[in-house]
Amino acid sequence: MDRKTKHVNVKEKIIHGLFFLNGLLVVFVLLGIFALLAFTSIPAFKEISLKQFLFTSDWNPTSYVKETYGIGAMLVSTVMVTAGALLFSVPIGIGTAAYLSDVASPGAREIIKPVIEILAGIPSVVIGFLGIVFVGPVISKTFGLPNGLNAVNGSILLGVMALPTIISLSEDALNSVSRTYSEASLALGATRWQTVIRVKIPAALSGVLAACMLGMGRAIGETMTVLMATGCAPAMPRSFLDSVRTMTSTIAIELGEVPYYTTHYYALFAVGLVLFIITFCVNMTSDMILHKYQGKRG
Amino acid sequence: MRKYLKVISFLTLAFFLCMTHAGAKGMIQIKGSDTLINLVQRLSEVYMDKNPGKYIAVTGGGSGTGIAALMNGKCDIADASRNMKPKEITRANARGITPKRVVIALDGLSVIVNENNPVDRLTMDKIGKIFRGEITNWSEVGGDNKPISLYGRQSNSGTFVLFRDMVLKGDYSPRMKRMNGNSQIVDSVKYDETGIGYVGVGYVKEAEGITVLQVASREGASYASPLNTEDVKTGRYPISRPLNQYVNGTPSGAVRDFIAFELSPEGQAIVEEEGFFRIPKEYVEFNRKNAGI
Repeated sequence: MDRKTKHVNVKEKIIHGLFFLNGLLVVFVLLGIFALLAFTSIPAFKEISLKQFLFTSDWNPTSYVKETYGIGAMLVSTVMVTAGALLFSVPIGIGTAAYLSDVASPGAREIIKPVIEILAGIPSVVIGFLGIVFVGPVISKTFGLPNGLNAVNGSILLGVMALPTIISLSEDALNSVSRTYSEASLALGATRWQTVIRVKIPAALSGVLAACMLGMGRAIGETMTVLMATGCAPAMPRSFLDSVRTMTSTIAIELGEVPYYTTHYYALFAVGLVLFIITFCVNMTSDMILHKYQGKRG
Repeated sequence: MRKYLKVISFLTLAFFLCMTHAGAKGMIQIKGSDTLINLVQRLSEVYMDKNPGKYIAVTGGGSGTGIAALMNGKCDIADASRNMKPKEITRANARGITPKRVVIALDGLSVIVNENNPVDRLTMDKIGKIFRGEITNWSEVGGDNKPISLYGRQSNSGTFVLFRDMVLKGDYSPRMKRMNGNSQIVDSVKYDETGIGYVGVGYVKEAEGITVLQVASREGASYASPLNTEDVKTGRYPISRPLNQYVNGTPSGAVRDFIAFELSPEGQAIVEEEGFFRIPKEYVEFNRKNAGI
């Protein structure tokens, strides 16, 4: 009997240790990625000045005349496409979440929730394809443009891809608002709609914000879709109807052809590092918002 | 449960056996140009049908990708729709790789516009100016008063580099849209009345809704069309190029056998079926001297 307990204890400890190692592994992977990006980026700045890299807009490392390494245009492109995506996915996402948590009948919820989860699972290349054959032509007809491969197209597609994240997490946040809040509001004579908009969303605001930030993180890092649907012209975009080339598509296009250990190669890693820092900050912020919100409720 | 385990382990074993089997028999890895991929795929299929037990894997990714893979020892043959740059050759040599070039077909690069565009011929100089972004309205080259929209390839494409080096002799306008492949350019120009793009001749032979421009090497020279085989072979059509395969050192064994098939009359007939041109005598001679085939 005693022996058996001992045996169980050892087993318990091994399992405990194993899971601890798992957790540790993730941390090391993240640190490893960061270290790899950082160290591989450094040599790029032997030939490129940091100022030129960050504040000029011409990126043409394989130029016929003179190589240039400025990430300005792609930084703006990434920001534009992401902002555009949020512009329409945030209202729709929060609206849907409010509908699901408070208005929808159980039957409707049963259908809509799994559909949203399926939407999250559609491969980005399929969405990009839809951008080329469907969204593109619609945009070009609507705005009278010769071609629909532009920032608007990318924004719409990324918005669709960010929706499931925003909806699911916002809905969780709304559901965890204490029932007493909505009951009090309803008892004072507010309608369901007023209750959701005026009481529940403000109460769950930090959770909803975190959901939007995570959706944004998804949009910034997306590659295949924007590569296919935005036209990839490297010029500084003048409006949302211009073709854009984001940081992710630049890396995807060029990393395959670049000879290893050249300035161009290191510069691509530097672009990756900038992208990593941006997504890292976005995720950190959302995490901090989320913690604040959990702390308040606890 | 036991039963399943057995089946799974058996399948895994079988899979690895197949892999080593393929490796032992000399699986040929071919990688590179998207212009060449359909042609080389066809050639390798016919070759594998005729030689059971031989395996060839053909993948695309662009000429630059193929050449980089050859340098990094990740493929046996690199398809390239351009020549290797001297820089690339030096870099390959530094890694102990001696790239040998074999020309397997001839390609005309065609410049295409929408069928509703009245412009049907341009000089090399004008085309260069258009793609460099110096001419931005069709009225400047005898068309309607509409802004020109440019369609080209991404920078990892051999066509991108070749067209730039042969026609532009400068950088592309940054406003040029960078498409994922030849077919996407054809499709966009078909749809866009103000569009102009460049693609391999193989992609325009049967395409509808576009005009293949006639091109003259300079003002006053005669215009020639890439759809006319004779014009391309004799070099009267100014934008033609050899399509290459690069191998490491003088080819031998399975690689040599496959390349010999590509250059045989049967292989060259497939080249023509796929919309490219047979290699003329000078390249037959070149291949013999340079790679011993």
